Amino acid sequence: MDFGVFHDIPSSLNGGVESLDLSFWTSSIPLKQRWRNNGLSADFMGDYVTTFFPLDESDPATKIRQAEVKGAVSYIANELLENAMKYSSNVVGLPVIMRMFLLNKRIVFVQSNESSPEMAANLQKFIEQILSEDTTELYFRKMEEKAVGSSDSGLGFLTMINDYGAKLAWRFEPVGEAFLVSTQVEITI
Amino acid sequence: MTVLQGEGYEVGYDAASGSVHVKGVLRLGGMDEYLPIARILENAIGEHRTLTLDLTGLDFLNSSGIATLSKFVITARNHQDCNVTICGNAAVPWQGKSLNNLKRLMPALTLRFD
Repeated sequence: MDFGVFHDIPSSLNGGVESLDLSFWTSSIPLKQRWRNNGLSADFMGDYVTTFFPLDESDPATKIRQAEVKGAVSYIANELLENAMKYSSNVVGLPVIMRMFLLNKRIVFVQSNESSPEMAANLQKFIEQILSEDTTELYFRKMEEKAVGSSDSGLGFLTMINDYGAKLAWRFEPVGEAFLVSTQVEITI
Repeated sequence: MTVLQGEGYEVGYDAASGSVHVKGVLRLGGMDEYLPIARILENAIGEHRTLTLDLTGLDFLNSSGIATLSKFVITARNHQDCNVTICGNAAVPWQGKSLNNLKRLMPALTLRFD
């Protein structure tokens, strides 16, 4: 089941699309120890992308553009990985996968992880809010709610939409007793 | 000066000048983990009528950190007596994108970009 417009991007085998894939098998060490890897992976992806936005010493705008793209990629990749680490289950044993596609004037992330039916249902409720409400109003309402102690979740998606102009979509696929949940984030560059 | 250091970051509170600085990279795992930093910020609100938060050296902040900052701004807003200035760095991309939202939470906030 899809929420939002979920694009099927051709693999590099048949589309020649520049992409980077990372897979994490999450059963080996506890979450707390893995947490620092989110930042390492996100920073690596941000750095990786700068190759495609080279600096031109004679044009200062290229330095700003490179920093903007690197910052956006690091932020979004980090949020997606944090979500996966916090909310994924390990009943079926699916890996966390992080894919980044470099398209003409767009970067698309597709992050997928295993999710329990309860987590999937909670996420779907939140997605329905995102897709039906004004996301700016929702963002500020969530900030006010968090100031008086409500839960942490949901801000990652809202900051991507409001601060980075990202378009989001989700796909839920049943796998045994769990779901494979994929989050797609598209930014214009 | 009260200093709190963690892996890759530092938070310093200078009571004499009424200023808090946060520098480095912050990717803590949820608002619960930001509590020690949130407490420093809230103590500062309680002790000063004019407070400066220097974020010029904060290169990365995740969404839980942005939520913690927002909570600090809302607390300062509700305190009424507290004037807050936040100093940001225009060259750090996340700051240009996310700090302006704090002004909507607290219109009286002064936001300065160097």
